[in-house]
Amino acid sequence: MSMKTAISYPTEGGMGETGSWRVFKPVIDESKCIKCWLCWIYCPEGVIVKKEYPEVDYEYCKGCGVCANECPVKAIKMEREKK
Amino acid sequence: MVAIKKFPEEEYILKGTAACPGCPITIALRTALKALGKKTILIVPASCSAVVQSLVPKTSFGVPTLNIAFAASASAASGVAAALKMLGKEDVTPVVWAGDGGTYDIGIQALSGAFERGENFIYVCYNNQMYSNTGIQRSGATPYGAWTTTTWTGKKEIQKELGEIVMAHHIPYIATASIAYIDDLYDKMKKAKEINGPRYIEILAPCPPGWRFDMSKTVEIARLAVQTGAWVLYEAINGEVKLTSYSKMLLKRKERRPIEDYLKLQGRFRNLTEEDINKIKKNIDEKWKRYMEIYKEKEEKQ
Repeated sequence: MSMKTAISYPTEGGMGETGSWRVFKPVIDESKCIKCWLCWIYCPEGVIVKKEYPEVDYEYCKGCGVCANECPVKAIKMEREKK
Repeated sequence: MVAIKKFPEEEYILKGTAACPGCPITIALRTALKALGKKTILIVPASCSAVVQSLVPKTSFGVPTLNIAFAASASAASGVAAALKMLGKEDVTPVVWAGDGGTYDIGIQALSGAFERGENFIYVCYNNQMYSNTGIQRSGATPYGAWTTTTWTGKKEIQKELGEIVMAHHIPYIATASIAYIDDLYDKMKKAKEINGPRYIEILAPCPPGWRFDMSKTVEIARLAVQTGAWVLYEAINGEVKLTSYSKMLLKRKERRPIEDYLKLQGRFRNLTEEDINKIKKNIDEKWKRYMEIYKEKEEKQ
């Protein structure tokens, strides 16, 4: 009798496009940003990308608002999604 | 201490996990894996972390992960460490990533055995002070007065101090961390990676649905826990206890913030009476008195 072990492979979007869970979306005001990168490191999903300024991947952002709460200069605002 | 700006940019947690929004596990694990690097094998018992990986045939963890039975995480890690030694791959670090249920209660027998044998792995307990995955039941780590579905009038017992139980095993490295003081967490992970033998790190992980607070406040609550003294950041290298980061400042110059600041934000402490709050205060004061004594002893020796 042969047994197979269930093996999973690393994939982005294991749970689908989690951006659809979002009610509020974070919007970054680049003029206020001081590039401390706290939003980048505190983001539970890792959807904030380090570019010249932080950029949010809205395809996967769940809209928890940790980034907006932790931003020391309040450069991130949570805006209601329009659908 | 490494500045946040200089943390490695590689991500080992892939976007689109099954975690709740605002989950502290992925915050902690992202940073931990940044510190440990890709030569890491995760051993995950039954816990939220097993769910966060999402569904077969996909996984959101970018490092090899072994999912194992609840009570077996430390034994499985011992086996992985032994196999790696036989294969001559000793640059790979086996890391147990377990919740507090799998550490304080169900996994403690395997944990104690592996630590006593001096097995070579890191044991990380992310402590959300309850069985979150099965629907918020009380665990040995649930603090006094907290509501859970099995202690719906508030827990009547004080939580145990697992850090001190582990300290009784005389292992080379023990540390506590918080997701709010993330550079401290990164530092401790880096340090643990370089040490041989059993290493134990415990991370406080405030759980939004379980602790009943808004999902945007995960990091804020973790910070308040340290600033009020309810959670202490320390590390013990070869048995020598040293407070770190903000807790070290509390010892010397800063005043502890009133505990109400921390309790008020959490729905699980909504039904506390004044008597309960005084009991929690007394417990924290006693804990800090102990640390003060250790600290003073050290000052006198120098």
